[in-house]
Amino acid sequence: MVETPTLAVIGAMCVVTYATKAGGLWLLNRVEPSARLRAGLEALPGGIIVAILAPRLAAGGPPEWAAGAAVVLVARRTDSVLLALVVGVVAVLLFRGRLPGLL
Amino acid sequence: MLARRVGLSVAEAALMSATVLAGAAQLVAVELWDTPIPVVAVVVTTAVINLRYVLMGATLRPWFEELSPLQTYTSLFFITDENWALTVRDLRDGSGRGAFLLGSGLAVWTFWIASTVAGAVAGSAIGDPARYGLDFVLTAVFLIIGVGLWSGRRSVAPWGVAAAVAIVGAAWLPGRWYILLGGLAASLVEVGRRG
Repeated sequence: MVETPTLAVIGAMCVVTYATKAGGLWLLNRVEPSARLRAGLEALPGGIIVAILAPRLAAGGPPEWAAGAAVVLVARRTDSVLLALVVGVVAVLLFRGRLPGLL
Repeated sequence: MLARRVGLSVAEAALMSATVLAGAAQLVAVELWDTPIPVVAVVVTTAVINLRYVLMGATLRPWFEELSPLQTYTSLFFITDENWALTVRDLRDGSGRGAFLLGSGLAVWTFWIASTVAGAVAGSAIGDPARYGLDFVLTAVFLIIGVGLWSGRRSVAPWGVAAAVAIVGAAWLPGRWYILLGGLAASLVEVGRRG
C-alpha cells in the first residue's frame, strides 16, 4: 500500500538527492576550474575517505586498530581487495576473542 | 526494519530505496518520519546529508569526459558512498571503464532494494552483525581504498587535517557533516599549498 503524501515526500527526497549527485559535475562543466581549484578537487577523494575512516577508527579500540593495520599491510603487499577484506574480518574477530566461539 | 516501525509499508520502503538511493539520508529521514509527515524537515535533512555527493560527483569529472551527457547523468543517479569510492579507485588505476559507476551502482541499487524489502519483511531476524565481524567490513573497504589513494609524503598534511577535522566534527556536529567538512579541509590544505 502506497499513500499519496508519503509518495510526494519520497518524490521530493528523490529530486533533492539527484540534484546533489548531479550538481557538482553540472557546475564544473560550466565554469572552467583554475589549477588551484583542480588541485583542491584532486585532494578531495583522499580527504573524504580519511574523514569517513578517522571517526570510525577513533570509536574502535585496539582490536579494530590492529585489524586495520593488518588490512593496510595486506592491501599494500598484495593489491588484492578480497584477500585484504578477509584478513581484516578474521583479524578483528581474532583480536576481539570471538573466533573460538564461532568455530 | 526501521521503516516498518514508523508505519511505512513494505512497498513504500522499497519505493524510497529505489528512487532515493542514499543510505544515510534514508535512515535519518525514517527516523524523522511521523504522522503527519514533517515534510520540510525530511526534505531539508535529505539535502544536507547528501551535500557530500556534490563533491563526489565533481571528483569523477575527468572520467565522465568519455561518456555522452545521457550516459553521464544516468550514471550519476547511481552514486553511493561505496561505489563512488570503488570508481575512484578504478579511475586511479587508469582503466577508464566507462560503465564502471553504472555497473557497480546497479549492483548496489539491487542489493539495497532487496535488503530493504528483506529487512522490512523479516523484522529483526539478523541479530548482531558484530558477532561475525561484519561491522568491520566497511572500515576495511575504506582502508583498502585509502591505500590506493595514498601518494606518499604529499598526502600527510591534507590527510592529517582531514582526520582531525572529521574526528572533532563527528563528536560535535549532528549527522554526517564531518565527512563533508573533512573532505573540504583536505582540499583547502592542497589549495593553500599551491597559492
